[in-house]
Amino acid sequence: MSDVKFSKEHEWIKLEGDVAIIGITKHATEMLGDIVFVELPEKGSSVEKDGTAGVVESTKAASDVYTPVSGEIVETNQTIVDDPAKINEDPENTAWFFKLKMKDVSEMDSLMNKDEYDKFAKESSN
Amino acid sequence: MEIKETSLINLHRSHGAKLVEFAGYRMPIQYSDGILSEHKFTRSNCGIFDVSHMGQLFIHDKENLTKDLEKIFPVDLQNLKTDQSKYSFLMNENGGIYDDLIITKIKKGYLIILNAACKENDYKIIKEKLNDKYQLELKQNSSLIALQGPGAKDVLKKVVKNIQNLKFMHGGEFFFNDTNIYVTRSGYTGEDGFEISIPNEKAEIFTKALLENGSKLIGLGARDTLRLEAGLCLYGNDIDTETTPIEANLKWAISKKRLDDKYPGSEIIKKQIESGVKKLRVGIKPESKVIARANTKIFNEEKNEIGKVTSGTFGPSVDHPISMGYVDSKFSSLNTKVFLEIRGKKVSANICKLPFYKKNYVKEI
Repeated sequence: MSDVKFSKEHEWIKLEGDVAIIGITKHATEMLGDIVFVELPEKGSSVEKDGTAGVVESTKAASDVYTPVSGEIVETNQTIVDDPAKINEDPENTAWFFKLKMKDVSEMDSLMNKDEYDKFAKESSN
Repeated sequence: MEIKETSLINLHRSHGAKLVEFAGYRMPIQYSDGILSEHKFTRSNCGIFDVSHMGQLFIHDKENLTKDLEKIFPVDLQNLKTDQSKYSFLMNENGGIYDDLIITKIKKGYLIILNAACKENDYKIIKEKLNDKYQLELKQNSSLIALQGPGAKDVLKKVVKNIQNLKFMHGGEFFFNDTNIYVTRSGYTGEDGFEISIPNEKAEIFTKALLENGSKLIGLGARDTLRLEAGLCLYGNDIDTETTPIEANLKWAISKKRLDDKYPGSEIIKKQIESGVKKLRVGIKPESKVIARANTKIFNEEKNEIGKVTSGTFGPSVDHPISMGYVDSKFSSLNTKVFLEIRGKKVSANICKLPFYKKNYVKEI
């Protein structure tokens, strides 16, 4: 899992070639509670690093989803739109949100690795 | 101001509660199971809600108390039997709602259950309106536990004898072991259930007995989704000093016998019943799965703003987003098409019947 990076907005990013697979972390789902609705960016649209790229709603509140890297959306995960509970069940694997073709792969460098993120998540929840 | 805690705080913590501040109290928003499963468990079995933050106002009886209370509340208290409860309101001179409440006639006077955020203000208003003629006591030494769901009766009767004969919106004195408790058959989830007033020092052991008999602790998060599915108002969201009971579609709670009497707001209430209201509380269901939360603007088909959402969530038992709000009465009839402005987009929705989820009160025994 060393190729997975994490953002301060609690997204995970896995790079395959120049395509990044992006989802939200287990820690994020624990903070959100039961997710009941998700809105994903349109396929073919361009998103900018740290810009919004969707919405998740729990029973409690709506939260924006941010993209930690820039690029063009090449695929979105319809499974989680049809059954948002899957995000709580398997957030860091099958319940990915979208795939994007990265504009600049070096944007990955500024993101956290797993150890750094775990520490960050622990501190931010205190 | 220091945050207050109820007598069940240790039990909340040991059940993995996520605690939040609510109306000055540290309260569980959810436990480790989460809101969806807590909601569904209440609908299928029975859930325990710590509602000890709510006000339990006791007014000691004295000559003329019933008459004087009728000058405050639009409810027929003269015909209220001992141990019978009614839903009512504390209103201002414009018919705006200071609080919605349950008033129960008890042997020694009246017991009024008030919303947590309103109770101190209610106490002051009621005391003043009664001209200090009566002894009022906002109980600090009693906890209030609600047990709600189709299994509530079977769970409670294992812990409190003879409880099964209690009728809906009626109460009585019972015993938990040797402790005197006051129980009413009521609640705020749309399910059959009970509310138990019990001395603070017995609250935890009582709740543990309920847990051992098959119920679970349920947080404020599920309490909100349950009451919204049942079409019940949350004070501060769906009703406040700017809305009257008639606008809130709660006309049924104004006693017909009291329509010509005087109480705060009585003239406006009478006028609104006779000639209608400009805005009305309605149920709203989006056509898609998107949730319209409080303050979402509502538009008609001509794109004119006609109202706003006051509560909205995902309804776990109706498996669809649900909202309540106020619209211009001209657009309040069933199946009227409206548009909700959510994150800059107009989402189509329909005015629909309340409740979203059929209430399962046990009215006949």
